[in-house]
Formats: sequence, structure tokens, C-alpha cells
Amino acid sequence: MASEPASPPEGTPKSPSTGAPAVAKVATGIDGFDTITFGGLPKGRPSLVCGAAGCGKTLFATTFLVNGATRFGEPGVFMSFEERAEDLVANVASLGYDLDGLVAQGKLAIDHVRVERSEIEETGEYDLEGLFIRLGFAVDSIGAKRIVLDTIETLFAGFSDETVLRAELRRLFGWIKDRGLTAIITGERGDGQLTRQGMEEYVSDCVVLLDNRVEDQITTRRLRVVKYRGSAHGTNEYPFLIDAEGISVLPVTAADLDYTIAEGVASTGIPGLDAMLEPGGFHRGTSILVSGESGTGKTMITSSMIGAACARGERCMSFVFEESGDQIIRNARSIGLDLARHVEAGLLRFEAARPSLYGLEMHLARMHRDIDRFAPSVVVVDPLSALRGPPAELQATMLRMVDMLKSRGITAIFTSLREDGSLDHDSNFGVSSLMDAWIKLLNVEANGERSRTLYVIKARGMRHSNQVREFSMSGDGIALVEAYIGPAGVLTGTARIVQEAEEAAAVLRREQESRRRRREAERRRHSLERQIDELRATLEAAAEEEAVLLSEDEMREAMLTSERRILSTRRGGTQ
Amino acid sequence: MNGSEPTEDGLDTDAAGMAEEDRYHLRLYVAGQTSKSLTAMANLKRFCEEHLAGHYDIEVIDLMKNPQLAAGDQILAIPTLVRRLPAPLKRIIGDLSNTEKVLVGLDIRPQNLPEKNPAAKADGV
Repeated sequence: MASEPASPPEGTPKSPSTGAPAVAKVATGIDGFDTITFGGLPKGRPSLVCGAAGCGKTLFATTFLVNGATRFGEPGVFMSFEERAEDLVANVASLGYDLDGLVAQGKLAIDHVRVERSEIEETGEYDLEGLFIRLGFAVDSIGAKRIVLDTIETLFAGFSDETVLRAELRRLFGWIKDRGLTAIITGERGDGQLTRQGMEEYVSDCVVLLDNRVEDQITTRRLRVVKYRGSAHGTNEYPFLIDAEGISVLPVTAADLDYTIAEGVASTGIPGLDAMLEPGGFHRGTSILVSGESGTGKTMITSSMIGAACARGERCMSFVFEESGDQIIRNARSIGLDLARHVEAGLLRFEAARPSLYGLEMHLARMHRDIDRFAPSVVVVDPLSALRGPPAELQATMLRMVDMLKSRGITAIFTSLREDGSLDHDSNFGVSSLMDAWIKLLNVEANGERSRTLYVIKARGMRHSNQVREFSMSGDGIALVEAYIGPAGVLTGTARIVQEAEEAAAVLRREQESRRRRREAERRRHSLERQIDELRATLEAAAEEEAVLLSEDEMREAMLTSERRILSTRRGGTQ
Repeated sequence: MNGSEPTEDGLDTDAAGMAEEDRYHLRLYVAGQTSKSLTAMANLKRFCEEHLAGHYDIEVIDLMKNPQLAAGDQILAIPTLVRRLPAPLKRIIGDLSNTEKVLVGLDIRPQNLPEKNPAAKADGV
């Protein structure tokens, strides 16, 4: 109730004002209703709120009056034809509405009109001037701007002259318009028409239909603006919620994709996982799917992400469907996360509910409202796959849930039990395409043990590791282990350790072998060098010998020459 | 007859012979001087004189003047005749033109009706 509707609903004209003077409207203060009607109920005119018993007509009307009195400075008159004033006060006290207090302050007047057929004898002509006088008196006494007639059709049970009654009702609605009162007339749903007595004949400006449908034993309240003369309005059926917080209508069929993108990167709180993502975390405002079978550690991973966000001072809201908040807090303690501290600090809130408690729409409606009130920057839905419903509806609901979160710039973390990211075994569609990032968790079973692994299937807008990584959970948190990737495939657990040992042994063997070969080669080289040295020595010896022989030859030649000269001298004597 | 004055028209002269609970305390609600109101007042006067002479008080309340009184007796239709006493409370709406229905509505005992109608005054004396 606190927050103003942020954006107009889609599927309707964007704005009712296209030059022509728009119908003046009066805000009801009901969450969402003012959004789908672009401002509320038509000012100074009667509106019809109809529906079967137990649809919340009286509550809708009461909320209209209480909000008028407390928030918009418009006092109101509640004319009840069914409940006594005391009952009415008691019924809405649980919503925190203090009707007695408002009456005492002169902001509200309650008049119970009792119509008891058995006490009334008709003896001739009459009219309902008394009703007008009572209403007029109540309105004048507090200067009311709003009135509620709940349920005026009861008059048909009290008076037999229908002609008079219809004429008087017509006069009454004319009177309401003349007085400029914004009125809600409630009517019980009838056969083949909106109300039993055809009240829609008289109240033609705005008709709101409330509905309470049961599908698969789950009740969903819905609201539809059947008509709104002179104004555009959301035409869909919108789920609405009645609980301790009052009534809220949820215009949740946003189809626009024109939301602004939150900037920045948020760490996951798991260093190894951050390292797998190039920017060191996920982009803010994205939707992240963590899928995996039960026992793969989805909740612990989301808890880590929550813990990291809270540690940064961000607000987190966790919708859990299979565990209680306390249980998650306790379990998170086992990996060294103290979430209770954040809960106490008001940064973290768990909203636990069984999936079967409400219908899909109601879950969405509740989330919508809680998120609006708590304004978290991170939302966790754990697990998404717990929500059940007809496939088409499920898909639409998921889409709207993701849209709703994205349009608010909230980082959304969903977990899913389905490995393939689909919502249902029997269906082909999945939520994975709606997600910006997808982490898949897988327990690898081999050698009589199971190892936890994870990998990032996709992460829009960032580079990410394509590796399957093993991780472990301990009192120090979640730690990613360096993966073994080798010729034998990706190995995890002890197989990885064994393989790594084998690998190490093989490396050692190879090293020894290569050292041996190196030594061998060296030896061979040494021996060759030695041979070269020997040959060179032989060569030198040969050269020396050659030189000796050569010089001996020369000496011999010289000797021969000189001997010849001596001989010739001796023969000739002269020369 | 001036409808604007909330009048105490009851005749207190002859209460001697009547037990208090047998006395009819009637209240007629009207809204201004409409023809229906005037008819109802005339009819009521005539009727009381005929059937309840001496045993009745009539109070006429004009809601135009005193709108706050409408809620107390759960008045919706105008004119409405309320039998305050004897208990239980009875409401008769309309201009009281159907005498038979008025008698039924006011729960006037049958033995009083047929023969005592003409003798109403004698009874009262």
C-alpha cells in the first residue's frame, strides 16, 4: 500500500489523455487498481463492484473509504445493508483499519440499514425518501466525498414493489451524481448478468468484476474492469490479493522490454566462480538460473550470493518454497556464512511459503507486493521449479516474474531442479531462454563417489569460462578446485587425484628417459671428438714425417749438385 | 395538520381502564408535506379513532426537519408507521390506504376488530 504504482500496465493504451478532457478520477489507494484504471474510479459518479459471495467486495469498498479518509482527505459514508456496523468494524480490524477511530474523528460514518421483510407491512404507496434522508444526513454530517452502498440489492428482498424500487434506485444514482459523490455500489453476481437485479443498468460509468476461481484446488482472486466509460483501462483479468496487508491488485502483465539496465557487476561471493566470469561476477539486474538436481548445492550457492550481496550492504529478499528461512540460515552456517546477522540488520528477508498455498498468480502477486515494499536489489526464488500450474500459465507467470524483477533492476537468482532448465518434465518450453546467465550444477558419479561440479552454460554480455569445474563446500565456504582436463577427459574427485598422480609419474619417467638420452648423446659426441683428436694427431705426425723426408731429399739434391761442381772443376781446371 | 411539528397527539384522557401494555404507541415518519405523507396522516388519524380510540399515542416525525432520527428506527421507506408499543416493534410502510393490511401490520387482535369497530368509543369510556 505504501508504494505508488510505478508503471502503467501494458496491453492497454499508454495514456487515456489524447487531447479530449479526461474523466476526473478519484484514487482508491488500492495497490495496482489505480494503475490499471489510470487513476482510480470516476469522480462524482457511482461505480459498480460486483462478484460472487466471498470475493472481497465489501473489503474493496471499505478500503476505498478508509484510504479516502486517511490518505486523500476525503471522508466517506459506509451504508451497509448486510453487515452490522460492529461486525464491519471487527472484520476489517485485522487489516489494521480502525473504523471506530475514523468515526470518532468524523472521517467516516457507518450506517447499517436493516431490511427485514417480516417486519415490514406494505399498505399503499411509498417511496424510499427515508434512505435518501439517511444518506444525505450522513454525508452532510461529515462532509463526505465518498460513499459505499453495500449491498443495495438487499432492498429487493425487503420490498415487494419492484417498480417503485427500480425507480427509486434510478433516482438514487441520479442523486449521487448531483451531489458529486464518488460511490461504490456492490452487487452480488447473478445468473447470466453481472448482478442479480441488473444493477449494471443503473450504474453505467464503471463496472469492476471480482472473481474467485478455484483451479486444481487452489483459489485465485481476480479482478477485471468490465467497463469504464470515457476512460481507457486495463482490460485483462488481474490477480489480486487479500491478506493482512489489505487488498492489492497486480497489473503484472508487463510485456515491455524497455526497462533501463542496472549497471555494475556484482560478485557471487565465490572467488572461483567470479574468476570464471570475465568481469568478476554477474551484471546487476540480470536473471541468473542455477539449475541442478537435488543435493547439488543450489541453495548453498544462492546463499553465498545472498551473503555477498548483504555484505555489500544490499537488500536481499529470498522466496523459498521448500525450506524455512531458519533452516537455510542454519544450513548456510555449515559453509561459514552467517545470514542471521543480515536478517537482524534488516538487509535480508526470507518469505517462505508452500507452493501449493496459493495459485501461481497469487504467488506472483505476493512477490510483487513484497518486493515493492522491501525494495531489495537481489531476489532469490528457490526453487522456481516448485511452482506448479498449467504449462501455458506457468510460462506466462515466469515471464512476468522475470520481467517484473528486471524492470526494477533487481538481480534475480532462480534455482531449478530441472537439469535442462525446463519447468516441467512434459513440457518443451523452459525458462532458460529468459535467463541472462545459467549455472549448471552436476554431481558426477564415478569410482563409487560423487563429486560436485559446476559450469557456466551462458552468461549474456560477458566472456566466461567454458570449463567444468569441481567445487567443494567446507566451513570456509564454497571453493572451486582446478579441474583436471587431459587426454582421458575431465576427471573429478579421487579419479582426478589418481590421474594427476599418474600424470606426475609419467612426467617423471619421461624426464628420466630424456636425461638418459641426453647423457647418451653427450657420450657419443665426446667419443667422436676424441676420435677427431687422435686423427688430427696422426695427421700432424704424418705431416712432420713428410717434412723430414722432403728436407732430406733437398739436402741430397744439394749435395749431388755440389759434388758435381767439384768434379767438373777437377776435370777442367777452369770454368 | 402541521406535519412539521413533532406532535404528541395521543389522548391521555381515558387511560384508567387500560393496562399500560395495551396502549398503542405509534410513530409516523414522513418527509415534508408530500401527498403521500398527508394521506398517511389522515388515514392514520381516522384509523386510530375507529379502532384504538383512547389507547394510542401518535408521534409524527418529519425527517426533513430531523434527519438524524431516521437511522434509529431503520427508516427507509416514506411514509413509515412504527408501532413502538406494544412489543414487538412493527413497521408499516405506505400511505396506510389499505386498512386491512394496517390492522394486520399493527397486529390488532381479531376479537377487537369486527364487533368493536363501531363500539370503539364505548369501549374506551
